[in-house]
Amino acid sequence: MIEVRDLSKRYGDKLAVDHLTFTVRPGMVTGFLGPNGAGKSTTMRLILGLDRPTNGSATVNGKPYRDHRAPLREVGAILEARAIHTGRSAYLHLLALGQTHGMPRSRVDEVIELVGLQDVARKRVGTFSLGMSQRLGIAAALLGDPKTLILDEPSNGLDPEGIRWIRNLLRSLADEGRTILVSSHLMSEMSMMADWLIVVGRGRLIADTTVEDFVHLAAGDAVRVRTPDIARLRLLAGALEGVTLKEDMTGDSSALTLQGISCEAVGELAAANRIVLHELAPEQASLEEAFMRLTMDSVEYHAAPTTNEASVGAAR
Amino acid sequence: MSAAAVPSQVGVSQARVVRSEWTKLWSLRSTRWSLLVSVVGMAGLGILVSAVQMAHWNQMDPHDRATFNPVDVSLGGWHLAQLAIGVLGVLLISGEYSTGQIRSTFAAVPHRLPVLWAKAGVYATLTFVLMLVASFVAFLVSQPILRSHHVQTTLSSPHVLRAVFGAALFLTVTGLMGVSLGALVRNTAGGIAAFAGLMFVLPGITAILPNSWGDSIDPYLPLSAGTDILGTHPDPTALSAWTGFLLFLAYALAALAVSAVLLVRRDA
Repeated sequence: MIEVRDLSKRYGDKLAVDHLTFTVRPGMVTGFLGPNGAGKSTTMRLILGLDRPTNGSATVNGKPYRDHRAPLREVGAILEARAIHTGRSAYLHLLALGQTHGMPRSRVDEVIELVGLQDVARKRVGTFSLGMSQRLGIAAALLGDPKTLILDEPSNGLDPEGIRWIRNLLRSLADEGRTILVSSHLMSEMSMMADWLIVVGRGRLIADTTVEDFVHLAAGDAVRVRTPDIARLRLLAGALEGVTLKEDMTGDSSALTLQGISCEAVGELAAANRIVLHELAPEQASLEEAFMRLTMDSVEYHAAPTTNEASVGAAR
Repeated sequence: MSAAAVPSQVGVSQARVVRSEWTKLWSLRSTRWSLLVSVVGMAGLGILVSAVQMAHWNQMDPHDRATFNPVDVSLGGWHLAQLAIGVLGVLLISGEYSTGQIRSTFAAVPHRLPVLWAKAGVYATLTFVLMLVASFVAFLVSQPILRSHHVQTTLSSPHVLRAVFGAALFLTVTGLMGVSLGALVRNTAGGIAAFAGLMFVLPGITAILPNSWGDSIDPYLPLSAGTDILGTHPDPTALSAWTGFLLFLAYALAALAVSAVLLVRRDA
Protein backbone atom coordinates (compact mmCIF):
# COMPACT_ATOMS: atom_id res chain seq x y z
CA MET A 1 0.00 0.00 0.00
CA ILE A 2 1.36 3.38 -1.02
CA GLU A 3 -0.29 6.53 0.26
CA VAL A 4 0.57 9.85 -1.30
CA ARG A 5 -0.89 12.90 0.44
CA ASP A 6 -0.79 16.43 -0.93
CA LEU A 7 2.66 15.75 -2.34
CA SER A 8 4.52 18.55 -4.12
CA LYS A 9 8.01 18.95 -5.45
CA ARG A 10 9.48 22.14 -6.80
CA TYR A 11 12.74 22.29 -8.74
CA GLY A 12 13.72 25.91 -9.03
CA ASP A 13 10.65 27.67 -10.38
CA LYS A 14 9.17 24.53 -11.90
CA LEU A 15 6.53 22.65 -9.95
CA ALA A 16 7.19 19.06 -11.04
CA VAL A 17 4.62 17.51 -8.71
CA ASP A 18 1.62 19.61 -7.78
CA HIS A 19 -0.35 18.58 -4.67
CA LEU A 20 -0.82 14.95 -5.65
CA THR A 21 -2.99 12.73 -3.51
CA PHE A 22 -3.65 9.07 -4.30
CA THR A 23 -3.52 5.60 -2.82
CA VAL A 24 -2.06 2.52 -4.48
CA ARG A 25 -3.81 -0.57 -3.19
CA PRO A 26 -2.51 -4.12 -2.87
CA GLY A 27 -3.65 -7.03 -4.99
CA MET A 28 -3.74 -5.26 -8.32
CA VAL A 29 -1.57 -3.58 -10.90
CA THR A 30 -1.92 0.17 -10.74
CA GLY A 31 -0.84 2.03 -13.84
CA PHE A 32 0.80 5.41 -13.36
CA LEU A 33 0.09 7.14 -16.61
CA GLY A 34 1.03 10.50 -18.00
CA PRO A 35 2.89 12.17 -20.82
CA ASN A 36 6.65 12.63 -20.55
CA GLY A 37 7.46 15.34 -18.04
CA ALA A 38 4.20 14.84 -16.13
CA GLY A 39 6.01 14.16 -12.85
CA LYS A 40 5.77 10.34 -12.71
CA SER A 41 9.46 9.69 -12.11
CA THR A 42 9.69 12.51 -9.60
CA THR A 43 6.72 11.12 -7.68
CA MET A 44 8.38 7.71 -7.59
CA ARG A 45 11.63 9.21 -6.35
CA LEU A 46 9.71 11.07 -3.66
CA ILE A 47 8.02 7.84 -2.54
CA LEU A 48 11.45 6.19 -2.26
CA GLY A 49 12.90 9.08 -0.28
CA LEU A 50 15.47 9.82 -2.98
CA ASP A 51 14.16 13.37 -3.33
CA ARG A 52 12.77 15.49 -0.55
CA PRO A 53 9.19 16.71 -1.01
CA THR A 54 8.55 20.45 -0.98
CA ASN A 55 5.22 19.69 0.61
CA GLY A 56 3.12 16.72 1.68
CA SER A 57 4.11 13.14 2.37
CA ALA A 58 4.34 9.66 0.93
CA THR A 59 4.17 6.49 2.97
CA VAL A 60 4.72 2.87 2.05
CA ASN A 61 3.01 0.17 4.10
CA GLY A 62 2.17 2.73 6.74
CA LYS A 63 5.52 4.45 7.17
CA PRO A 64 7.75 6.84 5.27
CA TYR A 65 10.09 4.68 3.19
CA ARG A 66 13.20 5.72 5.07
CA ASP A 67 11.75 4.65 8.41
CA HIS A 68 11.61 0.99 7.45
CA ARG A 69 14.28 -1.20 8.98
CA ALA A 70 14.50 -3.37 5.87
CA PRO A 71 13.46 -1.07 2.99
CA LEU A 72 14.21 -3.65 0.28
CA ARG A 73 11.74 -5.98 1.94
CA GLU A 74 9.03 -3.34 1.75
CA VAL A 75 9.61 -1.89 -1.71
CA GLY A 76 11.42 -3.09 -4.78
CA ALA A 77 11.99 -0.40 -7.36
CA ILE A 78 13.25 -0.02 -10.87
CA LEU A 79 13.87 3.58 -11.79
CA GLU A 80 13.70 4.88 -15.30
CA ALA A 81 17.35 5.42 -16.08
CA ARG A 82 19.66 2.53 -15.34
CA ALA A 83 20.67 2.84 -11.71
CA ILE A 84 23.55 0.39 -11.88
CA HIS A 85 27.31 0.84 -12.04
CA THR A 86 28.31 -0.44 -15.45
CA GLY A 87 31.69 -1.73 -14.30
CA ARG A 88 30.36 -4.38 -11.96
CA SER A 89 29.00 -7.82 -12.80
CA ALA A 90 25.29 -8.44 -12.37
CA TYR A 91 25.98 -10.99 -9.65
CA LEU A 92 28.17 -8.68 -7.58
CA HIS A 93 25.78 -5.77 -8.03
CA LEU A 94 22.97 -7.86 -6.57
CA LEU A 95 25.25 -9.32 -3.90
CA ALA A 96 26.33 -5.86 -2.70
CA LEU A 97 22.73 -4.70 -2.69
CA GLY A 98 21.62 -7.75 -0.68
CA GLN A 99 24.51 -7.45 1.75
CA THR A 100 23.18 -4.11 3.02
CA HIS A 101 20.29 -6.14 4.42
CA GLY A 102 22.21 -9.27 5.37
CA MET A 103 20.59 -11.30 2.61
CA PRO A 104 22.11 -14.70 1.82
CA ARG A 105 23.93 -15.40 -1.45
CA SER A 106 21.35 -18.07 -2.23
CA ARG A 107 18.75 -15.32 -2.62
CA VAL A 108 20.93 -13.59 -5.22
CA ASP A 109 21.17 -16.83 -7.22
CA GLU A 110 17.43 -17.23 -6.93
CA VAL A 111 16.49 -13.85 -8.40
CA ILE A 112 19.08 -14.22 -11.15
CA GLU A 113 17.40 -17.46 -12.15
CA LEU A 114 13.97 -15.90 -11.83
CA VAL A 115 14.76 -13.25 -14.46
CA GLY A 116 16.76 -15.64 -16.62
CA LEU A 117 20.19 -14.00 -16.39
CA GLN A 118 22.15 -17.10 -15.27
CA ASP A 119 24.38 -17.14 -18.34
CA VAL A 120 25.50 -13.52 -18.08
CA ALA A 121 25.45 -12.97 -14.33
CA ARG A 122 29.25 -12.80 -14.14
CA LYS A 123 29.59 -10.36 -17.03
CA ARG A 124 30.00 -6.65 -16.56
CA VAL A 125 26.70 -4.79 -16.67
CA GLY A 126 28.15 -2.35 -19.21
CA THR A 127 28.05 -5.10 -21.83
CA PHE A 128 24.33 -5.75 -21.29
CA SER A 129 21.64 -4.94 -23.82
CA LEU A 130 18.82 -2.70 -22.66
CA GLY A 131 16.58 -5.73 -22.25
CA MET A 132 19.14 -7.53 -20.09
CA SER A 133 19.59 -4.38 -18.00
CA GLN A 134 15.84 -4.21 -17.44
CA ARG A 135 15.82 -7.83 -16.31
CA LEU A 136 18.67 -7.06 -13.91
CA GLY A 137 16.67 -4.10 -12.62
CA ILE A 138 13.75 -6.41 -11.98
CA ALA A 139 16.02 -8.92 -10.23
CA ALA A 140 17.23 -6.12 -7.96
CA ALA A 141 13.66 -5.02 -7.29
CA LEU A 142 12.62 -8.57 -6.34
CA LEU A 143 15.71 -9.24 -4.19
CA GLY A 144 14.02 -8.48 -0.89
CA ASP A 145 10.78 -10.28 -1.82
CA PRO A 146 9.03 -6.93 -1.33
CA LYS A 147 5.37 -6.33 -0.56
CA THR A 148 5.34 -3.37 -2.90
CA LEU A 149 6.89 -2.86 -6.32
CA ILE A 150 7.50 0.47 -8.02
CA LEU A 151 8.50 0.26 -11.65
CA ASP A 152 9.28 3.26 -13.82
CA GLU A 153 8.73 2.44 -17.50
CA PRO A 154 9.77 -1.20 -17.06
CA SER A 155 9.05 -2.27 -20.61
CA ASN A 156 11.32 0.37 -22.14
CA GLY A 157 13.73 -1.39 -24.43
CA LEU A 158 12.14 -4.82 -24.03
CA ASP A 159 11.17 -6.87 -27.05
CA PRO A 160 7.55 -8.09 -27.33
CA GLU A 161 8.43 -11.37 -25.65
CA GLY A 162 10.04 -9.44 -22.78
CA ILE A 163 7.02 -7.18 -22.44
CA ARG A 164 4.72 -10.19 -22.24
CA TRP A 165 7.02 -11.72 -19.64
CA ILE A 166 6.96 -8.60 -17.47
CA ARG A 167 3.21 -8.27 -17.83
CA ASN A 168 2.70 -11.84 -16.65
CA LEU A 169 5.18 -11.41 -13.84
CA LEU A 170 3.45 -8.27 -12.56
CA ARG A 171 0.09 -9.99 -12.85
CA SER A 172 1.21 -12.96 -10.77
CA LEU A 173 2.86 -10.70 -8.19
CA ALA A 174 -0.36 -8.70 -7.90
CA ASP A 175 -2.34 -11.92 -7.53
CA GLU A 176 -0.11 -12.81 -4.57
CA GLY A 177 -1.50 -9.69 -2.90
CA ARG A 178 1.37 -7.34 -3.56
CA THR A 179 1.06 -3.65 -4.36
CA ILE A 180 2.28 -2.80 -7.85
CA LEU A 181 2.75 0.72 -9.20
CA VAL A 182 3.98 0.78 -12.78
CA SER A 183 4.47 3.93 -14.81
CA SER A 184 4.23 4.39 -18.52
CA HIS A 185 3.56 7.08 -21.06
CA LEU A 186 2.08 4.45 -23.39
CA MET A 187 -1.64 4.01 -23.03
CA SER A 188 -1.80 0.82 -25.05
CA GLU A 189 0.63 -0.81 -22.66
CA MET A 190 -1.34 0.28 -19.61
CA SER A 191 -4.59 -1.00 -21.03
CA MET A 192 -3.07 -4.48 -21.16
CA MET A 193 -1.20 -4.34 -17.89
CA ALA A 194 -3.17 -2.31 -15.39
CA ASP A 195 -6.35 -2.83 -13.38
CA TRP A 196 -6.40 0.66 -12.03
CA LEU A 197 -5.11 3.95 -13.39
CA ILE A 198 -3.63 7.00 -11.78
CA VAL A 199 -3.29 9.60 -14.51
CA VAL A 200 -1.17 12.71 -14.11
CA GLY A 201 -0.37 15.68 -16.28
CA ARG A 202 1.93 18.58 -15.38
CA GLY A 203 2.30 17.18 -11.91
CA ARG A 204 -1.42 17.22 -11.23
CA LEU A 205 -3.83 14.34 -10.76
CA ILE A 206 -6.14 13.94 -13.74
CA ALA A 207 -7.84 10.67 -12.92
CA ASP A 208 -7.75 7.94 -10.28
CA THR A 209 -10.06 5.23 -11.50
CA THR A 210 -10.42 1.88 -13.26
CA VAL A 211 -9.27 1.53 -16.83
CA GLU A 212 -12.89 1.25 -18.09
CA ASP A 213 -14.11 4.23 -16.11
CA PHE A 214 -11.21 6.28 -17.36
CA VAL A 215 -12.28 5.67 -20.92
CA HIS A 216 -15.90 6.59 -20.08
CA LEU A 217 -14.81 9.63 -18.16
CA ALA A 218 -12.60 10.92 -20.87
CA ALA A 219 -14.49 10.13 -24.01
CA GLY A 220 -17.97 9.21 -23.00
CA ASP A 221 -19.49 6.46 -25.09
CA ALA A 222 -20.66 7.18 -28.55
CA VAL A 223 -23.30 5.39 -30.61
CA ARG A 224 -23.02 4.72 -34.30
CA VAL A 225 -26.29 4.54 -36.15
CA ARG A 226 -27.10 3.92 -39.82
CA THR A 227 -30.49 4.49 -41.32
CA PRO A 228 -32.01 5.31 -44.73
CA ASP A 229 -33.97 8.07 -42.98
CA ILE A 230 -30.91 9.92 -41.72
CA ALA A 231 -32.29 13.43 -42.10
CA ARG A 232 -35.26 12.77 -39.78
CA LEU A 233 -33.11 11.06 -37.15
CA ARG A 234 -30.67 13.94 -37.28
CA LEU A 235 -33.49 16.38 -36.60
CA LEU A 236 -34.98 14.32 -33.72
CA ALA A 237 -31.72 13.50 -31.99
CA GLY A 238 -30.36 17.00 -32.45
CA ALA A 239 -33.34 18.39 -30.55
CA LEU A 240 -32.48 16.32 -27.45
CA GLU A 241 -30.55 18.08 -24.74
CA GLY A 242 -26.94 16.98 -24.19
CA VAL A 243 -26.67 15.03 -27.40
CA THR A 244 -24.07 15.94 -29.97
CA LEU A 245 -24.04 14.77 -33.54
CA LYS A 246 -21.00 13.95 -35.56
CA GLU A 247 -20.65 13.00 -39.16
CA ASP A 248 -19.64 9.40 -39.58
CA MET A 249 -15.92 8.89 -39.69
CA THR A 250 -16.07 6.62 -42.71
CA GLY A 251 -17.85 9.29 -44.69
CA ASP A 252 -20.98 7.19 -45.00
CA SER A 253 -23.74 9.76 -45.56
CA SER A 254 -26.39 7.39 -44.19
CA ALA A 255 -24.61 7.08 -40.83
CA LEU A 256 -24.17 9.27 -37.78
CA THR A 257 -22.24 9.15 -34.56
CA LEU A 258 -24.17 10.34 -31.52
CA GLN A 259 -22.55 11.30 -28.26
CA GLY A 260 -24.22 11.75 -24.90
CA ILE A 261 -26.90 9.13 -25.52
CA SER A 262 -27.08 5.38 -24.96
CA CYS A 263 -27.79 2.72 -27.59
CA GLU A 264 -31.07 1.92 -25.86
CA ALA A 265 -32.24 5.52 -26.05
CA VAL A 266 -31.38 5.76 -29.72
CA GLY A 267 -33.27 2.52 -30.43
CA GLU A 268 -36.33 3.74 -28.53
CA LEU A 269 -36.23 7.10 -30.23
CA ALA A 270 -36.15 5.41 -33.63
CA ALA A 271 -38.96 2.98 -32.76
CA ALA A 272 -41.21 5.74 -31.40
CA ASN A 273 -40.79 7.62 -34.65
CA ARG A 274 -40.96 4.52 -36.87
CA ILE A 275 -37.49 5.04 -38.29
CA VAL A 276 -35.88 1.95 -39.75
CA LEU A 277 -32.37 1.29 -38.44
CA HIS A 278 -29.79 -0.67 -40.44
CA GLU A 279 -27.15 -0.45 -37.79
CA LEU A 280 -26.97 0.50 -34.12
CA ALA A 281 -23.67 -0.04 -32.33
CA PRO A 282 -21.85 1.30 -29.28
CA GLU A 283 -18.50 2.86 -30.05
CA GLN A 284 -16.04 2.78 -27.23
CA ALA A 285 -13.24 5.28 -27.32
CA SER A 286 -9.86 3.67 -26.90
CA LEU A 287 -7.80 4.29 -23.83
CA GLU A 288 -5.43 6.09 -26.11
CA GLU A 289 -8.06 8.58 -27.24
CA ALA A 290 -9.25 9.09 -23.69
CA PHE A 291 -5.74 9.78 -22.56
CA MET A 292 -5.08 12.22 -25.36
CA ARG A 293 -8.25 14.11 -24.65
CA LEU A 294 -7.62 14.43 -20.93
CA THR A 295 -3.94 15.23 -21.05
CA MET A 296 -3.91 17.45 -24.09
CA ASP A 297 -3.81 20.58 -21.97
CA SER A 298 -1.28 19.15 -19.62
CA VAL A 299 1.32 18.00 -22.08
CA GLU A 300 4.33 20.01 -21.23
CA TYR A 301 6.11 19.98 -24.52
CA HIS A 302 3.68 20.15 -27.40
CA ALA A 303 4.98 18.96 -30.71
CA ALA A 304 4.00 21.09 -33.64
CA PRO A 305 0.80 19.62 -35.09
CA THR A 306 1.80 17.48 -38.01
CA THR A 307 -1.56 16.69 -39.52
CA ASN A 308 -4.58 18.30 -37.98
CA GLU A 309 -3.93 16.90 -34.57
CA ALA A 310 -1.17 17.49 -32.05
CA SER A 311 0.54 14.23 -31.26
CA VAL A 312 1.06 13.50 -27.62
CA GLY A 313 3.40 10.62 -28.22
CA ALA A 314 5.76 12.73 -30.27
CA ALA A 315 6.26 15.27 -27.51
CA ARG A 316 9.93 15.33 -26.56
CA MET B 1 8.28 -16.50 -5.78
CA SER B 2 9.13 -18.12 -2.48
CA ALA B 3 9.10 -15.85 0.52
CA ALA B 4 11.04 -18.39 2.52
CA ALA B 5 14.23 -17.52 0.66
CA VAL B 6 14.45 -14.15 2.37
CA PRO B 7 15.05 -14.62 6.09
CA SER B 8 12.80 -12.47 8.27
CA GLN B 9 15.72 -11.01 10.21
CA VAL B 10 17.03 -9.09 7.21
CA GLY B 11 17.53 -5.38 7.74
CA VAL B 12 20.03 -2.60 7.32
CA SER B 13 22.87 -2.23 9.82
CA GLN B 14 26.15 -0.31 9.69
CA ALA B 15 28.14 -3.56 9.68
CA ARG B 16 26.13 -4.91 6.74
CA VAL B 17 26.60 -1.69 4.79
CA VAL B 18 30.35 -1.98 5.42
CA ARG B 19 30.27 -5.47 3.98
CA SER B 20 28.34 -4.26 0.94
CA GLU B 21 30.78 -1.41 0.35
CA TRP B 22 33.68 -3.84 0.62
CA THR B 23 32.11 -5.95 -2.14
CA LYS B 24 31.52 -2.85 -4.24
CA LEU B 25 35.10 -1.66 -3.75
CA TRP B 26 36.89 -4.74 -4.98
CA SER B 27 34.36 -5.67 -7.64
CA LEU B 28 35.34 -2.80 -9.96
CA ARG B 29 38.22 -3.12 -12.36
CA SER B 30 39.08 0.58 -12.08
CA THR B 31 39.50 0.20 -8.32
CA ARG B 32 41.82 -2.74 -8.64
CA TRP B 33 43.97 -0.91 -11.20
CA SER B 34 44.16 2.29 -9.16
CA LEU B 35 45.15 0.37 -6.06
CA LEU B 36 47.74 -1.59 -8.01
CA VAL B 37 49.23 1.66 -9.34
CA SER B 38 49.39 3.13 -5.85
CA VAL B 39 51.03 0.03 -4.36
CA VAL B 40 53.55 -0.37 -7.18
CA GLY B 41 54.20 3.37 -7.14
CA MET B 42 54.67 3.59 -3.40
CA ALA B 43 56.86 0.52 -3.18
CA GLY B 44 58.65 0.72 -6.50
CA LEU B 45 59.45 4.37 -7.17
CA GLY B 46 61.75 4.75 -4.13
CA ILE B 47 63.57 1.53 -4.97
CA LEU B 48 64.03 2.60 -8.58
CA VAL B 49 65.26 6.08 -7.67
CA SER B 50 67.60 4.62 -5.05
CA ALA B 51 69.15 2.40 -7.69
CA VAL B 52 69.48 5.28 -10.16
CA GLN B 53 71.06 7.56 -7.55
CA MET B 54 73.59 4.92 -6.58
CA ALA B 55 74.52 4.31 -10.20
CA HIS B 56 75.23 8.05 -10.64
CA TRP B 57 76.70 8.66 -7.22
CA ASN B 58 80.20 9.36 -8.52
CA GLN B 59 78.95 12.00 -10.97
CA MET B 60 76.76 13.77 -8.40
CA ASP B 61 77.87 17.16 -7.11
CA PRO B 62 79.20 17.27 -3.56
CA HIS B 63 76.31 19.31 -2.26
CA ASP B 64 73.78 16.72 -3.44
CA ARG B 65 75.80 13.98 -1.85
CA ALA B 66 76.03 15.87 1.42
CA THR B 67 72.29 16.48 1.60
CA PHE B 68 71.27 13.02 0.38
CA ASN B 69 68.36 11.79 2.47
CA PRO B 70 67.90 8.01 2.37
CA VAL B 71 64.40 8.27 3.87
CA ASP B 72 63.08 10.86 1.42
CA VAL B 73 64.45 8.93 -1.52
CA SER B 74 63.25 5.49 -0.50
CA LEU B 75 59.76 6.72 0.46
CA GLY B 76 59.48 9.03 -2.56
CA GLY B 77 56.76 6.81 -4.06
CA TRP B 78 54.11 8.76 -2.14
CA HIS B 79 54.25 11.39 -4.88
CA LEU B 80 52.77 8.91 -7.30
CA ALA B 81 50.56 7.06 -4.81
CA GLN B 82 48.84 10.24 -3.55
CA LEU B 83 47.41 10.93 -6.98
CA ALA B 84 46.12 7.39 -7.56
CA ILE B 85 44.64 7.20 -4.06
CA GLY B 86 43.08 10.65 -4.10
CA VAL B 87 41.51 10.16 -7.51
CA LEU B 88 40.18 6.72 -6.56
CA GLY B 89 38.69 8.23 -3.42
CA VAL B 90 36.78 10.75 -5.53
CA LEU B 91 35.68 8.04 -7.96
CA LEU B 92 34.29 5.79 -5.25
CA ILE B 93 31.45 8.28 -4.84
CA SER B 94 31.35 10.25 -8.09
CA GLY B 95 31.27 6.96 -10.02
CA GLU B 96 28.00 6.10 -8.28
CA TYR B 97 26.49 9.43 -9.25
CA SER B 98 27.61 9.29 -12.87
CA THR B 99 26.20 5.80 -13.43
CA GLY B 100 23.01 6.28 -11.40
CA GLN B 101 24.10 3.52 -9.01
CA ILE B 102 23.65 6.00 -6.15
CA ARG B 103 19.87 5.65 -6.47
CA SER B 104 20.08 1.88 -5.98
CA THR B 105 22.45 2.45 -3.09
CA PHE B 106 20.25 5.00 -1.35
CA ALA B 107 17.08 3.02 -2.03
CA ALA B 108 18.69 0.16 -0.08
CA VAL B 109 20.06 2.44 2.65
CA PRO B 110 17.69 5.42 2.74
CA HIS B 111 19.40 6.98 5.75
CA ARG B 112 22.43 7.45 3.49
CA LEU B 113 25.00 8.28 6.18
CA PRO B 114 25.87 4.61 6.82
CA VAL B 115 26.94 4.49 3.17
CA LEU B 116 29.30 7.45 3.56
CA TRP B 117 30.81 6.08 6.78
CA ALA B 118 31.20 2.64 5.21
CA LYS B 119 32.86 3.96 2.07
CA ALA B 120 35.22 6.20 4.02
CA GLY B 121 35.98 3.50 6.58
CA VAL B 122 36.52 0.65 4.15
CA TYR B 123 38.66 2.74 1.85
CA ALA B 124 40.74 4.26 4.67
CA THR B 125 41.38 0.83 6.19
CA LEU B 126 42.33 -0.74 2.88
CA THR B 127 44.57 2.18 1.91
CA PHE B 128 46.31 2.16 5.27
CA VAL B 129 47.07 -1.56 5.14
CA LEU B 130 48.28 -1.51 1.52
CA MET B 131 50.33 1.65 1.92
CA LEU B 132 51.90 0.51 5.16
CA VAL B 133 53.10 -2.67 3.48
CA ALA B 134 54.25 -0.73 0.40
CA SER B 135 56.04 1.85 2.52
CA PHE B 136 57.94 -0.81 4.48
CA VAL B 137 58.83 -2.64 1.28
CA ALA B 138 60.08 0.60 -0.26
CA PHE B 139 62.22 1.40 2.75
CA LEU B 140 63.54 -2.08 3.47
CA VAL B 141 64.42 -2.89 -0.15
CA SER B 142 66.01 0.50 -0.78
CA GLN B 143 68.43 0.48 2.16
CA PRO B 144 70.60 -2.43 0.95
CA ILE B 145 70.83 -0.65 -2.43
CA LEU B 146 71.94 2.57 -0.72
CA ARG B 147 74.55 0.63 1.21
CA SER B 148 76.73 0.54 -1.93
CA HIS B 149 77.76 4.13 -1.10
CA HIS B 150 77.15 3.89 2.62
CA VAL B 151 74.29 6.36 2.68
CA GLN B 152 71.70 3.93 4.05
CA THR B 153 69.82 4.35 7.32
CA THR B 154 67.87 2.10 9.68
CA LEU B 155 64.40 2.03 11.18
CA SER B 156 65.91 2.75 14.56
CA SER B 157 67.45 6.06 13.46
CA PRO B 158 65.65 9.17 14.71
CA HIS B 159 62.16 9.66 13.20
CA VAL B 160 62.65 7.02 10.51
CA LEU B 161 59.98 4.64 11.78
CA ARG B 162 57.62 7.61 12.13
CA ALA B 163 58.28 8.55 8.51
CA VAL B 164 57.66 5.01 7.23
CA PHE B 165 54.36 4.83 9.14
CA GLY B 166 53.74 8.45 8.28
CA ALA B 167 53.74 7.75 4.55
CA ALA B 168 50.88 5.29 5.06
CA LEU B 169 49.02 7.71 7.36
CA PHE B 170 49.42 10.61 4.95
CA LEU B 171 48.16 8.54 2.02
CA THR B 172 45.22 7.21 4.04
CA VAL B 173 44.07 10.71 4.89
CA THR B 174 44.65 11.72 1.26
CA GLY B 175 42.21 8.97 0.29
CA LEU B 176 39.74 10.24 2.88
CA MET B 177 40.07 13.71 1.41
CA GLY B 178 39.27 12.26 -2.02
CA VAL B 179 36.16 10.48 -0.70
CA SER B 180 34.96 13.66 1.03
CA LEU B 181 35.47 15.79 -2.06
CA GLY B 182 33.75 13.16 -4.21
CA ALA B 183 30.72 13.27 -1.90
CA LEU B 184 30.78 17.04 -1.86
CA VAL B 185 31.08 17.66 -5.59
CA ARG B 186 29.34 14.45 -6.79
CA ASN B 187 30.94 14.47 -10.20
CA THR B 188 34.20 12.96 -11.31
CA ALA B 189 35.79 15.84 -13.19
CA GLY B 190 34.79 18.37 -10.54
CA GLY B 191 35.89 16.14 -7.68
CA ILE B 192 39.30 15.48 -9.17
CA ALA B 193 39.70 19.17 -9.96
CA ALA B 194 38.84 20.06 -6.36
CA PHE B 195 41.31 17.46 -5.08
CA ALA B 196 44.13 18.61 -7.35
CA GLY B 197 43.34 22.25 -6.62
CA LEU B 198 43.54 21.82 -2.85
CA MET B 199 46.59 19.61 -2.85
CA PHE B 200 48.70 20.76 -5.77
CA VAL B 201 47.49 24.15 -7.01
CA LEU B 202 47.29 26.05 -3.71
CA PRO B 203 51.06 25.80 -3.11
CA GLY B 204 51.65 27.26 -6.57
CA ILE B 205 49.41 30.20 -5.75
CA THR B 206 51.08 30.99 -2.44
CA ALA B 207 54.41 30.92 -4.28
CA ILE B 208 53.44 34.01 -6.27
CA LEU B 209 52.19 35.91 -3.22
CA PRO B 210 54.55 38.29 -1.41
CA ASN B 211 57.10 36.17 0.42
CA SER B 212 55.96 37.09 3.90
CA TRP B 213 52.41 36.03 3.11
CA GLY B 214 53.45 32.84 1.39
CA ASP B 215 55.74 31.90 4.24
CA SER B 216 53.03 32.31 6.82
CA ILE B 217 50.38 30.45 4.78
CA ASP B 218 52.47 27.62 3.36
CA PRO B 219 52.84 25.48 6.49
CA TYR B 220 49.08 25.30 6.84
CA LEU B 221 48.33 24.13 3.31
CA PRO B 222 47.00 20.54 3.17
CA LEU B 223 49.96 19.04 1.34
CA SER B 224 52.71 20.69 3.38
CA ALA B 225 50.92 20.01 6.67
CA GLY B 226 50.17 16.42 5.69
CA THR B 227 53.72 15.59 4.63
CA ASP B 228 55.39 17.03 7.74
CA ILE B 229 55.14 13.56 9.20
CA LEU B 230 57.46 12.25 6.48
CA GLY B 231 60.31 14.51 7.59
CA THR B 232 63.28 13.20 9.52
CA HIS B 233 65.15 16.50 9.95
CA PRO B 234 63.69 19.40 11.89
CA ASP B 235 62.38 22.09 9.54
CA PRO B 236 61.96 25.49 11.20
CA THR B 237 59.55 26.74 8.50
CA ALA B 238 57.15 23.78 8.93
CA LEU B 239 54.77 22.67 11.63
CA SER B 240 55.89 19.80 13.83
CA ALA B 241 55.28 16.34 12.38
CA TRP B 242 52.18 15.46 14.37
CA THR B 243 50.72 18.96 14.43
CA GLY B 244 50.94 19.05 10.66
CA PHE B 245 49.44 15.62 10.25
CA LEU B 246 46.59 16.33 12.63
CA LEU B 247 45.83 19.56 10.80
CA PHE B 248 45.66 17.61 7.51
CA LEU B 249 43.40 15.06 9.18
CA ALA B 250 41.23 17.90 10.48
CA TYR B 251 40.86 19.28 6.94
CA ALA B 252 39.79 15.88 5.64
CA LEU B 253 37.34 15.30 8.49
CA ALA B 254 35.88 18.79 8.06
CA ALA B 255 35.29 18.07 4.37
CA LEU B 256 33.74 14.72 5.33
CA ALA B 257 31.44 16.42 7.86
CA VAL B 258 30.25 19.00 5.34
CA SER B 259 29.65 16.30 2.74
CA ALA B 260 27.69 14.27 5.33
CA VAL B 261 25.37 17.19 6.04
CA LEU B 262 24.80 17.80 2.33
CA LEU B 263 24.39 14.09 1.57
CA VAL B 264 21.37 13.89 3.84
CA ARG B 265 19.86 17.16 2.62
CA ARG B 266 20.30 16.96 -1.12
CA ASP B 267 18.16 15.09 -3.62
CA ALA B 268 19.88 11.96 -4.87
